[in-house]
Amino acid sequence: MAIKRDIITSAIGIVVLTLLCGILYPLLITGVSQVAFPGNANGQQVLVNGKLVGSKLIGQAFADPTMKNGKPVLDKNGNPVTTPDPRYFQTRPSGTIPADNAAGSAFANYGPNSVATEQALAANIKAYMALEKPYNPGLTAARVPVDAADTSASGIDPDISVANANIQAHRIAAVRHLPLAQVDRMISKYTGGRGLGFSGEPGVNVLELNLALNRVSAGGH
Amino acid sequence: VTFTGWLTIFLFCGVLTALAIPLGGYLAAVYTGGHTRLERVVGPLERFLYRILRVDSERGQDWKAYAKSLIIFSLAGWLFLYFILRTQNLWSFTGLNPQGYHSAPWDVTFNTTSSFLTNTNWQYYGGETTMSYFSQMAGLTVQNFLSAGIGIVVAVALIRGIISRSGKSLGNFWHDIVRTVLYVLMPLSIVYALVLVSQGAIANFSSYLTAHTITGLTQVIGMGPVASQEAIKMLGTNGGGFFNVNSAHPFENPTGFTNFLEMLSVLIIPAALVFMYGRMTGSRRQGYAIFSAMMIMFLGAVIVAYIAEAHGSPAQHAAGLHTGVIPGSTGGNLEGKEQRFGIAGSALFDVITTVTSCGAVNSALESFTGIGGAVPFANLSASEVIFGGVGTGLYSILLYVLLAVFLGGLMVGRTPEYLGKKIEAREIKLVSLGILITPLAALFCTAMATATSAGRASISALGTGPQGFSETFYAYLSQANNNGSAFAGYTGFIQPTAGNVGSHGVTFADLLGGFDMLFARYAPILFALAVGGALAGKRVSPAGLGTMRTDNPTFVVLLIGVIVLVGALTFFPALLLGPVVQGLTGHLY
Repeated sequence: MAIKRDIITSAIGIVVLTLLCGILYPLLITGVSQVAFPGNANGQQVLVNGKLVGSKLIGQAFADPTMKNGKPVLDKNGNPVTTPDPRYFQTRPSGTIPADNAAGSAFANYGPNSVATEQALAANIKAYMALEKPYNPGLTAARVPVDAADTSASGIDPDISVANANIQAHRIAAVRHLPLAQVDRMISKYTGGRGLGFSGEPGVNVLELNLALNRVSAGGH
Repeated sequence: VTFTGWLTIFLFCGVLTALAIPLGGYLAAVYTGGHTRLERVVGPLERFLYRILRVDSERGQDWKAYAKSLIIFSLAGWLFLYFILRTQNLWSFTGLNPQGYHSAPWDVTFNTTSSFLTNTNWQYYGGETTMSYFSQMAGLTVQNFLSAGIGIVVAVALIRGIISRSGKSLGNFWHDIVRTVLYVLMPLSIVYALVLVSQGAIANFSSYLTAHTITGLTQVIGMGPVASQEAIKMLGTNGGGFFNVNSAHPFENPTGFTNFLEMLSVLIIPAALVFMYGRMTGSRRQGYAIFSAMMIMFLGAVIVAYIAEAHGSPAQHAAGLHTGVIPGSTGGNLEGKEQRFGIAGSALFDVITTVTSCGAVNSALESFTGIGGAVPFANLSASEVIFGGVGTGLYSILLYVLLAVFLGGLMVGRTPEYLGKKIEAREIKLVSLGILITPLAALFCTAMATATSAGRASISALGTGPQGFSETFYAYLSQANNNGSAFAGYTGFIQPTAGNVGSHGVTFADLLGGFDMLFARYAPILFALAVGGALAGKRVSPAGLGTMRTDNPTFVVLLIGVIVLVGALTFFPALLLGPVVQGLTGHLY
């Protein structure tokens, strides 16, 4: 019977091809990567004084936990309540719960014609203005770069636009008592180019930039 | 819109064409028994596989035998994958479940299994909160290879039927699937995965990292064997992300350069198969004609999407944002998009993955503007023939080619012929069924899901007004076309915490979607193979003066016309209710 033959061949085929495509192939790729590109293969971990502070590729919040009686205040989901730390460049709005969750990435899924979207954008603009307007007196909603108001796709976008960084630079320079020109130079240094010179957009890596700032100034507090 | 944006789009099309032509030649050699350079390395493994599978790879199968092997092999794959996913915690002894995740519920697993088996890769689950490394590798990655392989072998079998000069054989299923994995998918994936790691994609088996940030917060960072799965996810037009946000995740797609590579890797095999078709029919112009039709429709879609996304959304404008280009920012609708890809890199990526059955995304489709979001809708409405999934795109457009030949024949009043074979009533019946079955499944499921409260339960809290209809329609359209991209607010899985404890599925959406995918995958496959079988036995008559040519611009226009007409007639009313309404109004809901 042909059907019986097909069943036997299929059963053997699935097991053998699972070994090949599902076990040997991932082991080969992971093994070679661990030898040839160990830094990349393990997520470009960033260490400060031997301690892991994040990944170069993963965006994170530069915010301070709100403390009460020496303990961090938690919201109703058990995540710490935070306020943006003015000493640091800030990453883009994140749609994950909690924000910048690198173990549960998620889209915000704000539709283009939704009132909810407008409200979320307005809240993001307001927060951005509250932080930056004191150092950028001419800043209006129309001058807020879109990446500072729009939620990123991954929720852990490591980059911000150059326009966004240039606005935040005024705050950083003032809070850290650094010349604006020096901050701008550091922004240029941590701005990644386009792929092959044309693919994608330049982005400023916020974690690298903030760590570099800490190396040149203690933080101004 | 910017100059570099347009440059990206047009360079992409050029590079794609330049790479696809030689790969098409290679593929033709693989499926016609020609010599390839890989034979010395892979040949012994190939012969070893035939021996343990106990198959005679030389023995030809008629369309029914070919279909029988394919269906039984798929059934075995379904059962095996379901078993692996449902026993997730039993495999913890391998050390490949460092987070100690339990299995997802049965209904979500039914949906996931059907999804990966059919090359759809629709995901109600988030990878890093649901799947162990073992499930991702031994379960999902395997079907990434095999479902892609099955698409390709059906296309090859149909081509053999079209060009057959004698007999009823469409080739041997086992021979074709083994060669597809060993000579095409595996070598490309190995090279490509390593290139991805060299650019920053990750590949490890570590447990998740805990970082203590410089401001005193903690951040847990998901890890895993990502690169190996990412490579075949794109090359096989699968699209099921290792992480929930798919190719938007920096560990899957770290830079603008990898974004360009990932876009190429989706279209390279579908495009090459068209050139392979030209070679196998002995007339490369046949391939060029089909390629031109695909490229014209593709460019149209990309241009519309790019302009729409660069323009910005009504919600952005209502909030007071300026969405034009300014120094240091390209503006546009960056909601749900990553800075490193920008508007052009996101619009192009999502058009590419929705014309193919890939369905990977590097940005949130749900946040695309009305018109930008209508482009993926239109791509799906064209039934994935604009390049399409690996193999599925080619066999689907060949059905449209036969339909166009038939209509053209009627117009000039001659018996329609394609490559010397008469197209008669039986073939046209099969072709029509093969073309109409996918739209039928999509519309039926959408109607079921919008008309019942069990169906509407899946609409997201943000999905108010036409957005809710768009979400639903997109879900069943995407699953019917085996695409897998989503307006991701639409939900079929409630998961309070990572690891599946206390989670439950939305049974209605899970089952309806699962059957939608299975039906709309295997019914067209059977019709395509039956068409191949019907054509295989036909005598070839020499081309005469009155024979309609199928390799000139006139035919390209006719083919595009047929595809657009069928898609528009089928889907226009539904499209009006969702994305078109949203695109034409500045009103917020």
